Amino acid sequence: MIDNDSRNKKGVRQAAITGLGIISSLGCNLDETSDSLRNGRSGIVFDEERRRLGFRSCLTGQVRGFNPKRYGFSHKLLRTMCEPAQYAYAASLDAVKDANLTEQLRSSGRCGIVFGNDSCVKPGVESVDVVRAKGATHFIGTGHIFRTMNSTVTMNLAVALGIRGANWTLSAACASGSHAIGQALMLIRAGLQDIVIAGGAQETNWQSMASFDALGAFSTRHDKPQAASRPFDRDRDGLVPSGGAACLIIEELSHARARGAKIYGIVCGYGFASDGSKHLFFPSEDGAIRAMKMAIDDAEVNPADIDYINAHATSTHVGDLVEANAVKKVFGTSTRVSSTKSMTGHECWMAGASEVLYTTLMARDGFIAPNLNFVKLDDECPPIRIVGKTESSPIKLAVSNSFGFGGTSSTLVLDFRQASKA
Amino acid sequence: MTDDEIIAAVNKILEEDFEVDHSLLKPSAKLNEDVGLDSLDGVDLIVAIEERFNYRIREEDARAMKTLQDIYDNIRRHIGPDV
Repeated sequence: MIDNDSRNKKGVRQAAITGLGIISSLGCNLDETSDSLRNGRSGIVFDEERRRLGFRSCLTGQVRGFNPKRYGFSHKLLRTMCEPAQYAYAASLDAVKDANLTEQLRSSGRCGIVFGNDSCVKPGVESVDVVRAKGATHFIGTGHIFRTMNSTVTMNLAVALGIRGANWTLSAACASGSHAIGQALMLIRAGLQDIVIAGGAQETNWQSMASFDALGAFSTRHDKPQAASRPFDRDRDGLVPSGGAACLIIEELSHARARGAKIYGIVCGYGFASDGSKHLFFPSEDGAIRAMKMAIDDAEVNPADIDYINAHATSTHVGDLVEANAVKKVFGTSTRVSSTKSMTGHECWMAGASEVLYTTLMARDGFIAPNLNFVKLDDECPPIRIVGKTESSPIKLAVSNSFGFGGTSSTLVLDFRQASKA
Repeated sequence: MTDDEIIAAVNKILEEDFEVDHSLLKPSAKLNEDVGLDSLDGVDLIVAIEERFNYRIREEDARAMKTLQDIYDNIRRHIGPDV
């Protein structure tokens, strides 16, 4: 039977958010994370080990209060899970519990898992070290192959959660997590899945960030770590790497309603674009604009209806300018904008998923998180409306932007008008 | 090294690295059915023993190890008698 009330204006199946789980520098549960967002609490620290090792930037986001014992990691799980898989496992267990996704639902074949992840550097480094030291691959042991692959996240989680539907990891640089949610939406709209456990994961070890540090794109504001990430601000000097994992249960709306699931909101629009320019690491305004317009059109809303934009802005000179110009051209200058990377740092492969989760928490709790450390708009930036201090405000419709190396762009539109009452 | 010391060292690896319950660690226990090790655990156990006792176990010998006693015996053969 077709439940017309659960379809959008085009008669297409809709995708609700019915569960959330987060392991991050802002907290490892929903309420603590929401509290950090509301109070502008930074998760960035100075890492003494990076200084000793000769990093240009010694700043990093640090996962706050992660208690692995709470998740019952066994020897068998840890053998094959590297850092991002462990974070993703914990976030997924919390999201599955939040959504009350029973074993029967997970194993129906109508439930899949798609995560964004784009590296697992540390176990690769360790494997090579063993071969060099011992002169034989044998001593690497059996776990490292499962830890070194990007798909470590979904291969481990699919087994642990008994998933029998979609099962893959999506790699698209710093837009990975956002595209994973976009793909979950597509799988549900197409009728191929009823539930997708979607998210993003990001390692925080120094090994994973050494080559990124070599780009010279990280902030070196070592004297004030918590002031280092300052998107759109005139005095920004680069991004701060960070990580953890975010998980969102994306579920077909009538399926969610039929089982009485809590509905946080609807993922109602997805837009993507590739810059097609000659630059690998300089983003183009054109790609960002096309992704945003595609998402807005897909959601069948007007730009003026958007209450809040969670910007990709990472605190780099060029990236923030490009996004600000693109936002102005699509949304004008009155829509409220903030980058939660001002608090978390850049959660890279995870960011596109975590920022949808952060925006969902803001909508749930009725506020817009501040763009921390925003003192004065960059003179080159168009006058977009940056939220410098927490605003108490309902959020009905929001946009989340994510952009990555190679010119991959992803924009998601979120509709909170049908959210369950707390 | 006495037989008891070999047994204690191997069992310590199994308890600490493989989370095997002490009550399962009987010499006649089969590694798969009784101790609960899978094939990847088996490979990792060989590596752990090699590193602990500082010798390489031949692949055919490793494949022939079915019980804990087989492991204790292999170690005894390689490190020599307790004199």
